[in-house]
Amino acid sequence: VNERFVHVEQVMGMPVSIHVRGPQARTDPDVREAVVRAVQGLHDADAIFSTWKAGSALSRIRRGELLLADAPGEVREVARLCREARDRTDAWFDGWLPHGPRGERLFEPTGLVKGWAVQRACDLLRGALPAHDVLVDAGGDVAVAGNRVDTPAWTIGIEDPRDRSKLLATLELRTGGVATSGSAARGAHVLDPRTGEPAGIGLLAVTVVAPDLVTADVDATAGFARGADADRWLGTLPGRTALVVPVAGPARTVSGTTLSALA
Amino acid sequence: VTSGRDDFTDMRRNLAALLGTLTTLVLLFSYHTSLDSSAPTPSAAAPQTPGSDSSSSSGDSSGSSSSTSGSSSSGAKTYTGEVADTRWGPVQVKITVTNGKITAAETTQVPNENPRDQEINSYAVPVLNQEAAQAQSAQIDAVSGATVTSDGYIQSLQSAIDKAHL
Repeated sequence: VNERFVHVEQVMGMPVSIHVRGPQARTDPDVREAVVRAVQGLHDADAIFSTWKAGSALSRIRRGELLLADAPGEVREVARLCREARDRTDAWFDGWLPHGPRGERLFEPTGLVKGWAVQRACDLLRGALPAHDVLVDAGGDVAVAGNRVDTPAWTIGIEDPRDRSKLLATLELRTGGVATSGSAARGAHVLDPRTGEPAGIGLLAVTVVAPDLVTADVDATAGFARGADADRWLGTLPGRTALVVPVAGPARTVSGTTLSALA
Repeated sequence: VTSGRDDFTDMRRNLAALLGTLTTLVLLFSYHTSLDSSAPTPSAAAPQTPGSDSSSSSGDSSGSSSSTSGSSSSGAKTYTGEVADTRWGPVQVKITVTNGKITAAETTQVPNENPRDQEINSYAVPVLNQEAAQAQSAQIDAVSGATVTSDGYIQSLQSAIDKAHL
């Protein structure tokens, strides 16, 4: 019997929803155990990357007490992903933000850590539960995965930043990540990494669908920061689908480059 | 005849370069869910030269970049690219060319060793459906939006969805 098991965990300062769908999902002890491990991984990531906890590896790096090269493997992996993201986005996403009067840069990977931790949890669940489909939603960033091809895809809604009780679009996704960057929930929290000033002029939100959540998250952040140039840049990315919501006017769908464009 | 063969050789070289591009794109796009084991193996697309002149393929073995196999339909030829090592593992692409245009492309070999590989392989570029959203009739599993705070979650759509399944 196909069932759905849902667990909501408060971690990393937000509610994280985990859905497992498949045979005996509500009673199978393997499902419970996998979810417990995934949740533990999220708490572990929080302990490493929290800027609120003085003893976290990230806090120690930022105080100069710990070198990145000596940091735990998770920190070095996130730093590597931050460098990749910076290169790929022409520095519109940057894990090292301007800080201080002389142009010092502070390691600020928080914008990537959430997507990384959620994708890791999703990968763990998929590996542990080959007969199930899994979904992890962390405060509006969604990762889905599954090995099966005979089950329905997940249906993911994109909320309207003007009225968060409504949806602007839906999409079917079996594997991949969906991330939204914008100013709806926390005010203007996307900054231009070059200047430290608020970015995303003229936009309310950018949602990106990509093969994994880290990519979706980075591209949504960088796309939103680009403001008026968001549509053009998002359209150059292979395999992405995006929804751009301007301050004025209707939402716009952007499709990345496709194979058919070559034919 | 000679010039024709040269044209063909040039075409193959161009295709070899193109196949490299296609390899990357196909991997990213993963139009084909390759979780099943029924995908054609590289040996199934054994090198086979169009026409009867086999020397053109063996003589051009230095590149070993692409092999070709004649197809049954008139004017259509298939080309199998070299196996490209990507960050996710080896990938091989086969394309069909009809009258000088690529009319089909598929992966004949994809990495399938770890969960991330399978994830990449099973990713299909999704289509956003804005009309269905207006009707609000779709069964939604999750909501993507700007970061939800703990306070915001209580009133959020995601909270309602979670409750419905708890």
